[in-house]
Amino acid sequence: MLLIRGGRVIDPASGRDEIGHLALKDGRIHGFLAGDAPAGFDGTVIPAEGKWVVPGLIDMHVHLRDPGYEWKEDIASGTRAAAAGGFTSVACMANTNPVNDSAEVTRQILEKGRMEGSANVFPVAAVTRGLEGKEMTDFTELADAGAVAFSDDGKPVENPLLLRRAMEYVRPFGYRILSHAEDTALAGGGAAHEGWTARKLGIPGIPSAAEEVAIARDILIARQVGGKLHIQHISTRMGVDLLRMARRAGLDVTGETAPQYFTLTDAAIEGYDTNAKMNPPLRGEDDRMAVLEGIQDGTIDAIACDHAPHESYVKKCEFAVAANGIIGLQTSLPLSLSLLAGGKVSPAHLVGLLSAGPARVLGLRGKGTLAAGADADVTIIDPETEWVFGPGDVLSKSKNSPFLGWKMRGAAAATICGGRVRHSAIAGVGAHA
Amino acid sequence: MEWHRRHVLGLSDFHPEEMEFVVDTARSMEEVLTRDIKKVPALRGKTVVNLFFEPSTRTRTSFEMAGKRLSADVVNFSSGTSSVTKGETLLDTARNIEAMKPDILVVRHSASGAALFLSRHVSCSIINAGDGQNEHPSQGLLDLYTILKVKGKIAGLEIAIVGDILHSRVVRSDLHSLGKMGAKLRLCGPATLVPKEMARTGAVVTSDIREAVRGVDVIIMLRIQLERQKTAYFPSLREYSRMYGLNRDVFSLAKEDAVIMHPGPINRGVELSDELADCERSLVMRQVESGVAVRMALLYLLAGGSHAAH
Repeated sequence: MLLIRGGRVIDPASGRDEIGHLALKDGRIHGFLAGDAPAGFDGTVIPAEGKWVVPGLIDMHVHLRDPGYEWKEDIASGTRAAAAGGFTSVACMANTNPVNDSAEVTRQILEKGRMEGSANVFPVAAVTRGLEGKEMTDFTELADAGAVAFSDDGKPVENPLLLRRAMEYVRPFGYRILSHAEDTALAGGGAAHEGWTARKLGIPGIPSAAEEVAIARDILIARQVGGKLHIQHISTRMGVDLLRMARRAGLDVTGETAPQYFTLTDAAIEGYDTNAKMNPPLRGEDDRMAVLEGIQDGTIDAIACDHAPHESYVKKCEFAVAANGIIGLQTSLPLSLSLLAGGKVSPAHLVGLLSAGPARVLGLRGKGTLAAGADADVTIIDPETEWVFGPGDVLSKSKNSPFLGWKMRGAAAATICGGRVRHSAIAGVGAHA
Repeated sequence: MEWHRRHVLGLSDFHPEEMEFVVDTARSMEEVLTRDIKKVPALRGKTVVNLFFEPSTRTRTSFEMAGKRLSADVVNFSSGTSSVTKGETLLDTARNIEAMKPDILVVRHSASGAALFLSRHVSCSIINAGDGQNEHPSQGLLDLYTILKVKGKIAGLEIAIVGDILHSRVVRSDLHSLGKMGAKLRLCGPATLVPKEMARTGAVVTSDIREAVRGVDVIIMLRIQLERQKTAYFPSLREYSRMYGLNRDVFSLAKEDAVIMHPGPINRGVELSDELADCERSLVMRQVESGVAVRMALLYLLAGGSHAAH
């Protein structure tokens, strides 16, 4: 038994937001108790006074680089970073080596996650074999092996007919396709958002339309076949508008954005800073505002950081050839907490974007809620603590972050996964990484 | 004034006084070039490495000539574009060269920001001889110097730049050199090659060459890179030449004493008609002359010279 004492328990899935105690037993949420803490409790007590007690956070879009690119990250290091950042579950993309397009790879990731992980690992399998955009993967076998969704993330499924067939084929099974929405022809080999900064620096631009055209296409295909679609890493105003429109039309289309898209703009690439290079690229201020609005009005279902570790030498080079992507698992929570500042996002809403939202999108049972009987995944958040994100804090194998040196507010005080404390900054509470 | 720069990476952070200082220094360098023996010992014992990752004959030769006339030891290093996936990285190449202890690296590279990147990782001075689509500062300064020689001033001049604005590092340096000295600039080319964001520079942006050159003092024609035609920014060279080529008819709209410039090499009959390329109002050869003097000035100042006047 484990008792989390006296915290503000916020569970958007059940509508709870009140001070009390949360009991965990045998890997499950046992129940919530209001009032005085039970005397003579037989088990570990974690003091959480002044802190938030929320469902274990879920990041539905990470790259753990395992198997195949373990020098960038592996399941052990990536999930350690996740736990430190407050995440008890991550969904990892399929662009590994070999690609996660077979049940063997899916099972290997799951097995390694169980053995070495500090958080739950949910594999996302490829839509097409080898991510080549030519043939569909064996969807049901992959799902039976444990894949929670399908995505060719890193690149789009370019052929619209193939995407249609995939979405249509998996519809009876209820699987969701996660779309890296990009028209690569329109992106034209660009390396940064097509705007003033890229023009000034002489960097070939990626127009917003490269994302918007692809989102529109994918939504229209989903509408045609009635499939479940999820738009990844939305970065543009029109991208948010299209998702909103799809939702209003009653389509089962969900969407995520990443903290970098509501925190930074393309101004961050000044000086050719390759740590601000990613795909989709950091956009203009109007796009950033639109992403914020999409979060505020509930259009966006989930915040996912697109954790993309890269060794230094593929970033320490010319901007045009530098690798895309940034690490994010340890900065996602504090950057997301900054959304509360304007008062337009409530704590419960914010917690939902990082727990119940992604759990719903991926159909993860027993996750994203503190209801009795759910898995004992709990994050204790200290929303006030101030700290600086320094290179020494990075638990990933890679340090490619534009947020190094940033002053952060809020952090995970403790991360409990399956009833085990995986990260703790609370005095007297030990963690088993 | 005193010169404090260790590198010349671009003109975006140059003050007008600094550019004037370079021009003044170039003027005294040009005097050297009129002598019987066109060589001074100013950079004796200094080593200049021309590190070129992109094919270039004229810029490299110009820097080589400039270095030799100042008695520097000049070494040319040419290489294909570096790659992080195969071969040596740019950083490794530069560090290898640096280990041989040169004093100045003159760098030409196809990636925007390459010179700035190197300046953060090596200890010698760097002159950017063109980085991708970003800047070509010595070209910006030689254009400034050439116009000054002919017009005596920059402030108030109307200057049209016509061609592939999108990919041009010359434009991005000229916007600073000519713009900061008070010229009024007009940028012209096919809409696919003139980003609408360029209006933010304060320049007039148009796709009408007649509007662009009407009443101007200077016309800078840019080279159309034929190899870019693979991605089809415009229908054909014939169409391009018809709409954006400078011929006598269009040129007649400019001021009577207007001059023509071109950073070279010229595609005769495409962006510039044969007769205009060779006419008395073409400053193309004077640009080349100014180029050596300006590059001598930059090498001299970076090597620790204060002013070449004495």
